[in-house]
Amino acid sequence: MALEELYREVILDHYRNPRHKGRLPGAHFHAEGQNPSCGDEFSLDLAVEDGVIVQVATQGQGCSISQASGSMMADIIKGKTVDQVEEITTKFKLMMDIEEGENPVDPARPGAVLGDLEALQGVRKFPVRIKCADLPWATLADALEEAKAAQ
Amino acid sequence: MNHVRADFPILDRKVNGKRLAYLDSAATTQKPIQVIEAVDDYYRRYNSNVHRGAHTLADEATVAYEGARAKVARFIGAAADELVFTRGTTSSLNMVAYGWGLNRLSPGDRILLTVMEHHANIVPWQLIARHTGAELVYLELTDDYRVDLTNLDRVVDERIKIISMSGMSNVTGAIGSVAELVEVARQIGAVSIVDAAQSVPHLPTDVSTLGADLVAFSAHKMLGPTGIGALWGRREILEEMEPAEGGGEMISDVGLYESKWAPVPHKFEAGTPPIAQAIGFGAAVDYLDKVGMSELRKHEIEITQYALDRLAEVPDLKIVGPQDVAVRGGTVSFELGDVHPHDVATILDQEGVAVRAGHHCAKPLMRYLRVPATARASFYLYTVEEDIDQMVTGLYRARELFGLA
Repeated sequence: MALEELYREVILDHYRNPRHKGRLPGAHFHAEGQNPSCGDEFSLDLAVEDGVIVQVATQGQGCSISQASGSMMADIIKGKTVDQVEEITTKFKLMMDIEEGENPVDPARPGAVLGDLEALQGVRKFPVRIKCADLPWATLADALEEAKAAQ
Repeated sequence: MNHVRADFPILDRKVNGKRLAYLDSAATTQKPIQVIEAVDDYYRRYNSNVHRGAHTLADEATVAYEGARAKVARFIGAAADELVFTRGTTSSLNMVAYGWGLNRLSPGDRILLTVMEHHANIVPWQLIARHTGAELVYLELTDDYRVDLTNLDRVVDERIKIISMSGMSNVTGAIGSVAELVEVARQIGAVSIVDAAQSVPHLPTDVSTLGADLVAFSAHKMLGPTGIGALWGRREILEEMEPAEGGGEMISDVGLYESKWAPVPHKFEAGTPPIAQAIGFGAAVDYLDKVGMSELRKHEIEITQYALDRLAEVPDLKIVGPQDVAVRGGTVSFELGDVHPHDVATILDQEGVAVRAGHHCAKPLMRYLRVPATARASFYLYTVEEDIDQMVTGLYRARELFGLA
């Protein structure tokens, strides 16, 4: 059943207990994103040292999919280099791309490194909700652009 | 009212394998076969541009277009030549803001609104305020989501030149305080404007006794096509109002440097109008006339009471709007525990239930109520108890999926 695949326990857990929630005093980079059509909001603070994301903080308001996606994203990018994060973003987008077909992700596939984020695959069956899952990643892209410009 | 459902072909379709329970009529209503056929008939038999045509088709199209104007006008108790066809409520309100507000407001003048307005009755006034130096002032709400009319004298004085108000909230369903505010406007010599997008479709409306100066509404929220709406205005006001758009159809004479406008209402209808849509609008009010607006209102009171009763059974569900059906329409916003409204809407959709979720183009109201978003079920003459039951079943499913059970 598609709804059980959409609302996996791990998603509800991240929705109700978002990781790295708050603001980061002394953050190097900050970005804010919103989906004006639905009102969902997400903001991101990053502290980057020597090309490594050492601290992350997020704040947001919105549906379980957007907020869980943001929480999982914060978890996975912490401690990674900017280059690694870009690679993860590419993999995440690939996993969410409906054009890639309906096949579940093979653990050996590039998507396998996504951890909890793989739970978001269920969103592919709900194309109107993909923009929810994407909101934190679009916000991250803005922050990384700043980070790269500063390098 | 069950008998009307047979006139709405879309209500037979299935969504996600389930019976469609269409509970999004505040966004747009479904169309009866009579409206669909009126539009179809125009394109099949007498499609032609209106006015000035010397041939038979042009004459037939003109008669039908102007006939639709007369029907829509009669529907709200108005004369045909006081009814302007527009693209919809938003367009009507912008037309008033730019055609009237822009030329008549000066720095220090005030525009009075309420916090329960739709963005369409806020943003045009913000633009006009920016152009003219006028200020916006807002009336707040009572605990029961109605416009708070106590302490009016604290806000109301002769600086207010425009009062623009919702006839019914598209979020809470609360009926606006139109009669009271129209009277306030009359006392201080301000122009009164009603955003009637949600009220004309649901409440019997007679502009000849309402007392307002201008009334804006949309066809698609009352069984008609999208892309057309109306602006009714008292003749003196429409005659004073500047046209927002210039072009063909709206002139009586054009010189190289100056032109004369056509008489009201044509001076506001530049270019080829939405002819098929106007004809469909006429068919829509014919349909509503046949049903009778008092009967329709009676049905909506019953179905809204049923919905409020059923929703009261659902644990953790909070209604965002009045509880008393006498002061509200069939638009019911709610929150369900910590299940976000978008998730509620997705889960209901899987049950075949169409509701809307979000801020409903009323962000100032949502902030005022301190509610980030709501799910909203909205009813019309074709809504039946089975639709509500199906929604309630879906809400229990949402509770189960989110572990609230």
